[in-house]
Amino acid sequence: MSGMTLYDKLWESHLIREDEAGTALLYIDRHLVHEVTSPQAFEGLRLAGRKPWRTSSILAVPDHNVPTTNRSAGIKDPVSRTQVDTLDRNCADFGITEFSMLDPRQGIVHVIGPEQGATLPGMTVVCGDSHTSTHGAFGALAFGIGTSEVEHVLATQCLIQKKSGNLQIRVDGKLAPGVAAKDVVLAIIGKIGTAGGTGYAIEFSGAVLEALSMEGRMTVCNMAIEAGARAGMIAVDDTTIDYLSRRPYTQQVDLWDRAVNAWRGFVSDADATFDKHVSLDASALAPQVTWGTSPEMVTSVDGYVPDPDQEPDPVKRDGMCKALDYMDLQPGTPITEIRPDHVFIGSCTNARIEDLRAAAAVSRGQTVAAGIKQALVVPGSGLVKQQAEAEGLDRVFRDAGFEWREPGCSMCLAMNADRLAPGDRCASTSNRNFEGRQGQGGRTHLVSPAMAAAAAISGHFVDVRDTAGR
Amino acid sequence: MEKFISLTGIVAPMDRPNVDTDAIIPKQFLKSISRSGFGPNLFDEWRYLDHGEPGMDHSGRTLNPEFVLNQERYQGASILLGRENFGCGSSREHAVWALLDYGFRVVIAPSFADIFFNNCFKNGVLPIVLDSSTVSRLFTAVETTPGYRLTVDLLAQRITMPDKDSIAFEVDRFRKDCLMRGLDDIGLTLQHTAAIRAYEERRRAEAPWLFTNLPE
Repeated sequence: MSGMTLYDKLWESHLIREDEAGTALLYIDRHLVHEVTSPQAFEGLRLAGRKPWRTSSILAVPDHNVPTTNRSAGIKDPVSRTQVDTLDRNCADFGITEFSMLDPRQGIVHVIGPEQGATLPGMTVVCGDSHTSTHGAFGALAFGIGTSEVEHVLATQCLIQKKSGNLQIRVDGKLAPGVAAKDVVLAIIGKIGTAGGTGYAIEFSGAVLEALSMEGRMTVCNMAIEAGARAGMIAVDDTTIDYLSRRPYTQQVDLWDRAVNAWRGFVSDADATFDKHVSLDASALAPQVTWGTSPEMVTSVDGYVPDPDQEPDPVKRDGMCKALDYMDLQPGTPITEIRPDHVFIGSCTNARIEDLRAAAAVSRGQTVAAGIKQALVVPGSGLVKQQAEAEGLDRVFRDAGFEWREPGCSMCLAMNADRLAPGDRCASTSNRNFEGRQGQGGRTHLVSPAMAAAAAISGHFVDVRDTAGR
Repeated sequence: MEKFISLTGIVAPMDRPNVDTDAIIPKQFLKSISRSGFGPNLFDEWRYLDHGEPGMDHSGRTLNPEFVLNQERYQGASILLGRENFGCGSSREHAVWALLDYGFRVVIAPSFADIFFNNCFKNGVLPIVLDSSTVSRLFTAVETTPGYRLTVDLLAQRITMPDKDSIAFEVDRFRKDCLMRGLDDIGLTLQHTAAIRAYEERRRAEAPWLFTNLPE
């Protein structure tokens, strides 16, 4: 009998029952909740006269709608305000722990969960948000769910699921200075496509992942969904345990040594078999920049906007033409000649302390280029903001001409006031370059934090390896 | 949830791959705390030439004449024909609520994103996967035949074309049963309350750290 993958172990240890057709009932350990995808679930619960099964499993936070300026004045948009007030009321009514908008621990749900130690190895973690895959970085099974499933977890602490396939993605080699976790995951998506992981749980492994910090690992797992996989995960190692030992909630974990011992088992067995393998060597990997309207439309910073005429598949070719038209780009344009007029450093992909340090390192003593209309830095949480300020990063950004904001999802999806106007072009550290994602008619280029900061300073994309290597 | 047994309806083509849920229902409409009323904003940024915001009177807005759903021949469509990776991106169930509220009960595509696929079944919408050459054939038929209709029979797992030719499709047995009976998942799961309690008790002993209370 062959061994088990990390995903197999997580699945098995949460399985309550399974029928002969493979429909399973899976227990959920941690339920993260935000204001956008929960109101209808709480309403459904009330209408059926039900209560949350286990409130201690739930952590709630408003993040999508919150303003990133002048927060003490409240939320101006009445529709956004209603949604945040509804979350506050639901949490109060049902006795759920919530970090409300003015709590210093408030932030993006996928930043605060790990930061607080609410995400632990061996857990099942769900949230009504596709970027829940982030938490898989801790050796957890974490995936996004719809609102009906949010209600289902609230009412039963379980989900009805079918097991996915096992996909192993190995990234070997050593990253060049200036090349980041974001570049690794964009390169993976470029290689396998946005549907390459559909139907699979991805385990990321290899020397590059082992060398990444938890922040970097979260960036990679965060974008598993952009490769089509609901869940991405990474085995537990010393880096994981070290990160967890410094978290507020883990200070209260009884039996720390016993817990650590159990957590160390959340790795794939040496003889485990995967249904599919992908591998790449990242030693020669260049910083990545997306040029289109899907994360798979990506190339190296030293590359060019591709020519649809070279694409043999007619459906893909048509998709490329539509994307270039929307992005207002000509085939053959060098990536370094693309000039963004907005820069957004933030989101659940890249708004952790290490991301801000990387962006600040590029910005220190520099000035945002004249052609940049707005350059935003939005920390992922109140605690990230505090840490950055303690390190003086806010001064670095402000002195260079960036705006230093309050934490939230902000311009990643533009549900609050931070958004692009039609025709604006943005270098963004977020995760989706879909049409209209950052504001109707806005054009998004996905990049790493260092690449975004460098584009802000230069006014066009530049290869950060040129400066990082010195 | 409304039952789904069979349906005959007009087919509308959405001829592009990777149609994401941001396109299906743009973010500003997610601010609603209700499950209904999303139909007028389905594909809002493609469908209208002006910018839409929640609470607007949509009757006065400028329709984009180029957009497929605005064409006379596709009015009243209840079957949407799509390409690869339909419904990718955000987990927002509002995308399915918008399709349903507009009148779609079936989406046919060569592949779907997992979360969207799952969300369909929770709302009485049937997503059908067919191979890409069959989907391409259907696109040709829809585009060349005004008023093109299909009959989708869930019990028989069969799609019948106007010429009576038919195509079989696969559907998960549990999901099919729930759709045909309009069943509420939560009620089904709560039949296993004793098993859930027993699991919890065992896990509390094995891994107590999973049950630590989150401090206020």
